[in-house]
Amino acid sequence: MTETTYAATIAATLAAAMRADERVVVLGEDVALGGPYLATKGLAEEFGTARVVNTPISEAAICGVAIGAAQSGLRPVVEVMFVDFIGLALDQLVNGAAKAHFMSGGQLCVPMVLRTQGGAGQRGAAQHSQSLESWLTHVPGLKVVVPASAREVAALLPSAIADPNPVVVVESKTLYFRHETLPDEGVSPEPLGHARVVRRGDDVTIVATSKMVHEATEAAARLSEHGVEAEVIDPRTLVPLDLPTIAASVRRTGRLVIAHEAVEHGGFGAEIAAEVQEACFYDLDAPIVRVGAPFTPVPLSPALEDAYVPGTAEILDGVRRVLG
Amino acid sequence: MAGGGTGDPGGGAGDPGGGAEDPGGGALDAAAAERLLATMWRIRAFEERLEPLKRSSMVHGLTHLSIGQEAVAAGVCTQLRDDEPVYSNHRANGHALAKGVDMGKLLAELMGRADGCCRGLGGSMHVVDVAHGFLGATGVVGGNLPFAVGSALASRLLGRARPAVVFFGDGAAQTGIFAETVNLASLWQVPVVFVCENNGFAEFTPRSAHTRVERVSDLAAPFCVAARTVDGNDVVEVHGAFADALSQARAGSGPYLLECLTHRLSGHYVGDPGGYRAALEDEAWRARDPIARLVRQAAAAGWFDAEHARAAEAAARDEVEAAVAFALGSPFPDPSIPAELTYARS
Repeated sequence: MTETTYAATIAATLAAAMRADERVVVLGEDVALGGPYLATKGLAEEFGTARVVNTPISEAAICGVAIGAAQSGLRPVVEVMFVDFIGLALDQLVNGAAKAHFMSGGQLCVPMVLRTQGGAGQRGAAQHSQSLESWLTHVPGLKVVVPASAREVAALLPSAIADPNPVVVVESKTLYFRHETLPDEGVSPEPLGHARVVRRGDDVTIVATSKMVHEATEAAARLSEHGVEAEVIDPRTLVPLDLPTIAASVRRTGRLVIAHEAVEHGGFGAEIAAEVQEACFYDLDAPIVRVGAPFTPVPLSPALEDAYVPGTAEILDGVRRVLG
Repeated sequence: MAGGGTGDPGGGAGDPGGGAEDPGGGALDAAAAERLLATMWRIRAFEERLEPLKRSSMVHGLTHLSIGQEAVAAGVCTQLRDDEPVYSNHRANGHALAKGVDMGKLLAELMGRADGCCRGLGGSMHVVDVAHGFLGATGVVGGNLPFAVGSALASRLLGRARPAVVFFGDGAAQTGIFAETVNLASLWQVPVVFVCENNGFAEFTPRSAHTRVERVSDLAAPFCVAARTVDGNDVVEVHGAFADALSQARAGSGPYLLECLTHRLSGHYVGDPGGYRAALEDEAWRARDPIARLVRQAAAAGWFDAEHARAAEAAARDEVEAAVAFALGSPFPDPSIPAELTYARS
């Protein structure tokens, strides 16, 4: 086994993709210097600054450049340093990247990846801490990946780069330096659109994304001590969503808790809940419960931020509610 | 750099009615002049036919005509190879036709038919024809300016000497993406030719109400990009200026901004409120009609005569009628198409 981190796995996976395919290039602010979280560390040294391109603070144009480059034969991986800045690039992503294949009648493809990261917990306050992935899931033509671990980065980032569509990978800043062991032989790429059953259980289903996967796993361990076996499912990609795996679990357990770090109101949990109740209405023994952040901006103060971010305690509370 | 520095006002263009006509000569030969004429007539005839088709609801979506601006599309696109990409804006018909998009497939697209170049999914503001290097119009003003930079960057990294061209209007020069894009193009020194059609109006509002910068070419200098302003209603001048820019770009130079002063002789789109048109000097600009000017220049230079010009018009109108018949004969797309084409398949 090899000890690594989420951030180091991003860099290693990008390096492997760049070695395998000269069309893969990396663009973004400070990427040639490794970036603030070292997720592109070492790339410029190995591949040069023609392929690891530092850009000015021009999120919209960077995204647009990637679209044009993707349409003309490259496979760009763009970094938007914080998902909070995605609004600056959203026109490019939504009106440019997402629609090019469709509006051209299938002539154009935009095989690009936009990596960004979200999440609270580092006292970044309301403009550097958001979880905005649900915005992106509302746009037909985009795929949205939310890796919860180094293992998932290793499995899914290569597939995102190989995909002929624009794929947004929303990482989690609080996971970047989490230690993890991966098999020496590496992790094989896995196709987008397949959930992973992280833990088996028959009493309640917990669908959790990104950092909440670890909180849900911890909650499941505590529940097990009390004789409740929770099944924890990580969708891994929100678009496309693996509803069959989630629905199969809910049909067996009859109870569903959905946990994400994003604001609960209008979060992706609402979509999962709607799809599950349509598919499994008569199998449900209790109303579906969502666990998410409250409907306020993220506060700075440590006391307030710690209370704001959902975690194991909130998931346990959610499970208690569905168990009645 | 072609054009010799930024902000050169070029051949005295801008105010309708003034300025001597460039006698042409030099770079243009009879064959090229005939091609420019044919291209301008194809655009003019197509769009004149488009207006009634739109008003009778046979063409769908916002329809932005470029009647009066044909010299820019013709002067630029007729010099490009199929593998040299062009990005266009919402006023795309002329650029598309000049770049080689089949007229029947273009009209079928505007009619939302299955045989449209984009299978009826895009329409007039989103025309794409990859085979002819027409990589796309956009309905978001300024939205695809960076695509051209990305395309040129890709060409450089993949070892192709292939510049990219993007058309935009003077309205787009006020967007933030314009400033970001020109800066990146300059920073990376990629061979992109930014072709501005400055028709003096952003939608319904004159340029003077949106900015105190009269010439878009003046916006290039702060980014260290060479630029030139020419009379966009003089196809010979546009052709010559773009020829210079293109030869530099093909040789791997950095970006260049070519501003073409022109005037659209119709509304922002077919059916627009139009009240603002009273402020325009349409009649003065009609005197500078780019087609009529080329015919006069051709007679002086001996490229072709009036009879040839009439034949070019007739041929264009015949092509348009054939395109109408083709498009009307095409079915509407199958309902399964949208779901099938939302995502590309590996």
